[in-house]
Amino acid sequence: MKRTMPKPDTIRKMAQMIAATRPVEIGCDECFEKLDRFAELHLAGKNAAEAMPLVQDHLDRCGDCREEFEALLAALKAETEDA
Amino acid sequence: MSDRTNLEWREALLSPQADTALTDLRAILLRGLRYALAGRGVTESDLEDFTQDALLKVLRELASFRGEARFTTWAQKVAVRVALTELRRRRWRDVSLQDLLAEHEESDFTPAVLTDKAPDPGQIAVRTMMMEKIQRIIAEELTDRQRQAMMAVMQGGMPLQEVAQRMGTNRNALYKLLHDARQRLQGRMMREGLSPDEMLAMFSEA
Repeated sequence: MKRTMPKPDTIRKMAQMIAATRPVEIGCDECFEKLDRFAELHLAGKNAAEAMPLVQDHLDRCGDCREEFEALLAALKAETEDA
Repeated sequence: MSDRTNLEWREALLSPQADTALTDLRAILLRGLRYALAGRGVTESDLEDFTQDALLKVLRELASFRGEARFTTWAQKVAVRVALTELRRRRWRDVSLQDLLAEHEESDFTPAVLTDKAPDPGQIAVRTMMMEKIQRIIAEELTDRQRQAMMAVMQGGMPLQEVAQRMGTNRNALYKLLHDARQRLQGRMMREGLSPDEMLAMFSEA
């Protein structure tokens, strides 16, 4: 069977990801658990990344969770706008 | 309408007369989803369906709400996940892992140097060598499963959720599998005398 080979751009991305890997990272479940609090801090203008660095770190790495975070921010902003 | 405290929300939703609270919550979730999913081409009936599914999920998982955020924030979080999970599933429904990965079989490999934007020929040579090294290490260090997952996510652009589903696992476990894979690759790189900082420096400006 042929083995799928990474393209140069992928290798570049992989190199960056490998280099930035840390021994302790949280998974998607733990990120999701804390995402509501994180979003509230963020919207209150507080430094959410500093308060919850592992959540920020996970969001930087995981496209699925980042997409959900951004959608949550949009949903929460709707709450504060006039109907 | 959302000026209930967390406790009041919980009590209202659990009471036999939950109708008002349910109606209020439904309106909040629907409105939130409308904003959250703007520009994604979802229909009004999609929004209604997502809201209904989210509402059921919120009620099912009410016991797991620990009050660390406002109740409505927590509920919106649940709703957003319900909706995006379904949208990802639809978007990738017809793509198998085999098809996704077959697009990039061995014969398609373009030497890294051809697409490299580094101005200095010396730098290009070093980087090309490095790319070959990374490719070799990936082939040697990772299990088939790790390699398959990494390629599907990083090259195929498939969401973790969808890769996980096709590999018979879940998103959280797949993230852990990828984390293990990255750690393994990093360890091997370091044993070969390449520090993470050097790697970042070499590839970040590309």
